Amino acid sequence: MAAKKFMFVNRKAPYGTVYALESLEVVLISAAFEQDVSLAFIDDGVYQITKGQNTDGIGQKNFSNTYKALGDYEINKLYVEKESLEERGLTQDDLMDLVWEDEDDDWAEKPSIILVDRSEMADVMAEQEVTLSF
Amino acid sequence: MKFTIMINEGPYQHQSADSALQFCRAVLAQGHEIFRVFFYHDGVNNGSSLSVPPGDDRLIQKEWSELSKENDLDLVICIAAAQRRGLMDEDEAKRQGFESNNMIDGFRISGLGQLIEGGIESDRTVVFGD
Amino acid sequence: MAMLHIVNKSPFEKVSFRSCLNHVKPGDSVLMIEDAAVGALDGTSFSDKLKTAMGDVSVYVLGGDLVARGLSEDRMIDGIKTVDYAGFVDLTVKNETTQSWL
Repeated sequence: MAAKKFMFVNRKAPYGTVYALESLEVVLISAAFEQDVSLAFIDDGVYQITKGQNTDGIGQKNFSNTYKALGDYEINKLYVEKESLEERGLTQDDLMDLVWEDEDDDWAEKPSIILVDRSEMADVMAEQEVTLSF
Repeated sequence: MKFTIMINEGPYQHQSADSALQFCRAVLAQGHEIFRVFFYHDGVNNGSSLSVPPGDDRLIQKEWSELSKENDLDLVICIAAAQRRGLMDEDEAKRQGFESNNMIDGFRISGLGQLIEGGIESDRTVVFGD
Repeated sequence: MAMLHIVNKSPFEKVSFRSCLNHVKPGDSVLMIEDAAVGALDGTSFSDKLKTAMGDVSVYVLGGDLVARGLSEDRMIDGIKTVDYAGFVDLTVKNETTQSWL
């Protein structure tokens, strides 16, 4: 059976609720099924991948480094919406440097974050076969 | 047509469990198949056997349990989410060294892969949550 | 592929509904359930936004959720269709995919 296009839509900030963490757990499991996986970060979901997260003061585990491991699982299409960043006074410089290594290109390191505008995000969403939101 | 339903919230706090129940009944009434109902996040609490709402209120967990029995539904509780929230079946309780368990009949506990498999095997995947 | 967008949040409390409308494609459908049903009313601070979207997408409301909140169909924006749960299922069948804007 051909791989299905799965999209995980992240619209919520981390730590305030458990959605971001448990969503990431689903994403990691999905890697084992060899499907065509994409992640969308829109609205407050962009806060999930900001760099410099430090949870020392809130008594929770900082799970942001797990996003850096996604590339090792061949999950390398992380669509981030420009407008969502701009509305929050953020730019791509505020995000972690998420990369993957391309086996077919001598393991060259390539960016996993794909910055798209709102209409491009709508196009990507429209291509999906299974959309899971948290 | 084959459906997988994902439920991300527990009963009572949010309407999503009520909506999902109604949706599942309508899916079955129209002759479609429910491949799986997957309970995630606080949704695992839909499988608790220890809920005692006031007598004039609905007992959502029991409604799931009965719907499952009547239609041979596959109601799956995510093990990782359930462990966090203190919901376990007999086997899991034994494994963790607890004397009691609290999962209502008709549900089973399993891994997140069951959700992905549902998405792969079904024609439609519908998410209820908050 | 046409998509059914399911919204369940009041547009007066959360951004989910607006975010949904910002990501629909022509030919898609939007279904309001739970608290989102309040978005069906005309003459609100949100109704113009929904009316604009209705040029491209079909908009539905789950009737049970509307009346549960003390609202009636005659106050809805013209062109919004009311469905019951059977109609909800039909919409998921008619559209190839669904996305819930939680």
